[in-house]
Amino acid sequence: MDFDDEGSNFELKEIQTLSGHTDRVWSLAWNPATGTDDAQPVIASCSGDKTVRIWERSALTRSWDCKAVLEETHTRTVRSCTWSPSGKLLATASFDATTAIWENVGGDFQCVSTLEGHENEVKSVSWNASESLLATCSRDKTVWIWEVMPGNEFECASVLQGHTQDVKMIKWHPTMDILFSCSYDNTIKVWAEDDTGDWHCIQTIVSGHSSTVWAISFNAGGDKMVTCSDDLTLKVWEADIEGMRSGNNQVLWKHLSTLSGYHDRTIFSVHWSREGIIASGAADDAIRFFVESKDSVVDGPSYRLLLKKEKAHDMDVNVVQWSPGENRVMASASDDGTIKIWELATSSN
Amino acid sequence: MTLGLINANPIVHAKKERVARCEDPHCDDAVDPDIRDPEHPYSLEQLSVLSEESITVDDKLGRILITFTPTIQHCSMATVIGLCLRVKLQECFPPHYKVDIKVSPGSHADEEAVNKQLNDKERVAAALENPNLRQLVDECLYSNEL
Repeated sequence: MDFDDEGSNFELKEIQTLSGHTDRVWSLAWNPATGTDDAQPVIASCSGDKTVRIWERSALTRSWDCKAVLEETHTRTVRSCTWSPSGKLLATASFDATTAIWENVGGDFQCVSTLEGHENEVKSVSWNASESLLATCSRDKTVWIWEVMPGNEFECASVLQGHTQDVKMIKWHPTMDILFSCSYDNTIKVWAEDDTGDWHCIQTIVSGHSSTVWAISFNAGGDKMVTCSDDLTLKVWEADIEGMRSGNNQVLWKHLSTLSGYHDRTIFSVHWSREGIIASGAADDAIRFFVESKDSVVDGPSYRLLLKKEKAHDMDVNVVQWSPGENRVMASASDDGTIKIWELATSSN
Repeated sequence: MTLGLINANPIVHAKKERVARCEDPHCDDAVDPDIRDPEHPYSLEQLSVLSEESITVDDKLGRILITFTPTIQHCSMATVIGLCLRVKLQECFPPHYKVDIKVSPGSHADEEAVNKQLNDKERVAAALENPNLRQLVDECLYSNEL
């Protein structure tokens, strides 16, 4: 998609503000099975108020309402939430050191399983593409891989050690069973299974970021990823996808580009849209959008700022997530306790 | 939680006069000089932990930078003191103010490590949810012994 030809006037239109949480909202996730003609879009959000909220947009009014509050399960902040690829299950990670699995049983969300094992706060949880594996990470410096068994049973398959500090986020590759983790130790690690079924770290990116790496996001093709950090930069990495597909675990991720000078406070979240727009959410209350620039004079692509939305929220933006269904629709959440739904539109002159 | 008395003989300074800066009617100072050092019954300010010129407030941007000097170079309570300062500042300033807390340069052996922890809001949030730590912070802030 060539954003240079679309005219330079983009604006981020606020569609709606979702209020309800009584503490900061740390994260949110769009249900991937919704947002189509048959199913109205659904978002799960999680908060320092120890609850998870489920929001749905009404087909009739096109307005978002809170459909459910999942409470009295986690006993501390719920830090992250993510839907399984089929949209049937929701995993929530909490500072109470557990990960809860929820199922929508006739409109009622029930906690069907609780994963225990981490020694302290669980920071992030991620499902692989085939929904056969779940990964969690924690301040205890480990990454756990769980096998999804029938009857909502989860079995710990591996406890991955290697990070020397708090692991902030883990993310499965969009198509392959390769796991990525980023940490307070400033590194990004890549984990894969070998022929004997053992998981181990196949790459550690050490000379990338110079401070805590908060998030990772892949592009649609899965051959690039972008990471964001407390060092105020976004970094883009690429790998030989064909090599990875043919099962070559020696394929390494290489640095492609660094976006610096755009953020002056910690960047907490980054998300790459299907179309190739990179959205970032930062501690300066702003949301920024970046696209590949055609004006690069050096080898390889570079990225340019498409739009900066200042004061997107009243406080730090903790998460930005593109809608899986509608084009250029995005959600963000903040320390100000709200979630906002946005549309990135081209403003007509 | 047992606290070994690492610094047995702190040098105590006379209290300085302070100019009121905070707009909150309940908070008659930009930073309360009476935060008690967890290891000593004197106030932090009396232990030269705080000095007025170490606080910078930008009301336009809504940002605060506070640097503090822990009693000795290897003070293990530096992160607790930093947490106390954060909680106190949250009470004095509107919630959208952004607070950066650092130990004054050269004043701590693990300066970078301490600063990183004190400014990682996820770590701070988790720490303040720990009941033991929260109790310690509350005791430090609300002690009326002086």
